[in-house]
Amino acid sequence: MNFPENLKYTESHEWVKVDGDVVTIGITDYAQEELGDVVFVDIPEARAVDAEEAFGSIEAVKTVSDLIAPVAGTITEINPALEGSPEIVNSDPYGEGWMVKMTIENADALSDLLDAEKYKSLIGK
Amino acid sequence: MKHTAFHDIHARLGAKMVEFAGFHMPIQYTGIIGEHKRVRNTVGVFDVSHMGEFEVRGKGAFDFVQKMTTNDVGKLTEGAVQYSTMCYDHGGIVDDLLVYHCGEYFMLVVNASNLDKDFAWLKEHLDGDTELVDVSDRTSLLAVQGPKSIDTMRKLTDLDLDSLEFYHFLRGEVAGIDCLISRTGYTGELGYEIYFDADPALGETMWNAVFEAGAEFDIEPVGLGARDTLRLEVGFCLYGNDIDETTNPLEARLGWITKLKKGDFVGRDAIAKAKEAGITRRLMGLTVEDRAIPRHGYDIVSGGTVVGMVTSGTMSPLLEKGIAMGYVPVELAEPGTEVEIMVRHKPVPATVTKVPFVQKQ
Repeated sequence: MNFPENLKYTESHEWVKVDGDVVTIGITDYAQEELGDVVFVDIPEARAVDAEEAFGSIEAVKTVSDLIAPVAGTITEINPALEGSPEIVNSDPYGEGWMVKMTIENADALSDLLDAEKYKSLIGK
Repeated sequence: MKHTAFHDIHARLGAKMVEFAGFHMPIQYTGIIGEHKRVRNTVGVFDVSHMGEFEVRGKGAFDFVQKMTTNDVGKLTEGAVQYSTMCYDHGGIVDDLLVYHCGEYFMLVVNASNLDKDFAWLKEHLDGDTELVDVSDRTSLLAVQGPKSIDTMRKLTDLDLDSLEFYHFLRGEVAGIDCLISRTGYTGELGYEIYFDADPALGETMWNAVFEAGAEFDIEPVGLGARDTLRLEVGFCLYGNDIDETTNPLEARLGWITKLKKGDFVGRDAIAKAKEAGITRRLMGLTVEDRAIPRHGYDIVSGGTVVGMVTSGTMSPLLEKGIAMGYVPVELAEPGTEVEIMVRHKPVPATVTKVPFVQKQ
């Protein structure tokens, strides 16, 4: 299982890639493995979200899981490829399978997120 | 946690393991959708050794099984298998099970999750002429399911599988191992279930032989995840979800295995009374066209009122849409009736349908 060093992670198994005041969010390799085959991703709208607010859900055959905003911000883009090919979340969770892009309000909030080492120890890897 | 005789094989294959009914069982090997389609398209193999097997022996065996189960054991001939239920005196279901007529004794195959409860329940009703033996721990059970299952199994045995009818069994050697092989399964496909001694070395031999024989059909191991989606597509009940002690067999559409005229059996009076009073709800299929997956426990709503609950739900890998079963009031049980399912606090349109969702031979 792969946890890139350049990403930040949440306890609810999202990853965050920071690029100035824009962040890209997806779910981790561990999360996609635990969920199993993803059949669709439901992100209703690009809108402002609070930190720890559910902004969508991810449905796998066996189970459903909320997508949680790691920090407060405004969703500016939803990955259009998820609509037709939700399986890319399983095959490429850190690349093609990204969920949303957000502009964030307060970059300091990012320091509360986990680094790859801490996330790995959280999930016992 | 208990291990089946195939546990080392699952570990070697890197299966995702979960605890199920006290066993460490594979939920998936490569992915539920792929495994599901493998069974529908060619052939897949399931370790279902966690299932319980009881032998009922002695002079009173026939009368005992006839008293404890709802189907008519009088219609069961040696070498045949019968789907049945056991009910409480109040008509609720103890378990659903298979009854094998093995000549001088009967074999009952029960759900792993109910094994202890079933054994205690049966024991409580035993009389002097009957002996009940739990042989679960010494029995391996491998299910080989799918349209290519016969072409796979034919290579491994001299038994006449081509003449073996649905819900019948044979005894003899498969892959050189003494077996009972029945044409049964939980997938709606042509398939076999193979019972033999729970020895890991025999398990290894059988597993390898089956996979070698099925290699030309791209045979794959299948976990409990796809076992659940396969059974739901063909509308088979799962105990603990669709049926339990609060549901009677008639409302669960199991009237066809509930023979009220066969004579007395445990639960008969209550079920007959319920039939006379009129069934008030029925277990029906539900389909969802929107991008939403109905799941166990979700409310079924009609006219703004909760009228029932989803008992099983999933995404159908074949139909690529949400399918479910659930109890609805009889007035809403007509196929085509429009209802709503509350999917994560949002009402989603659903249509009451007959099962199976997927037509199989």
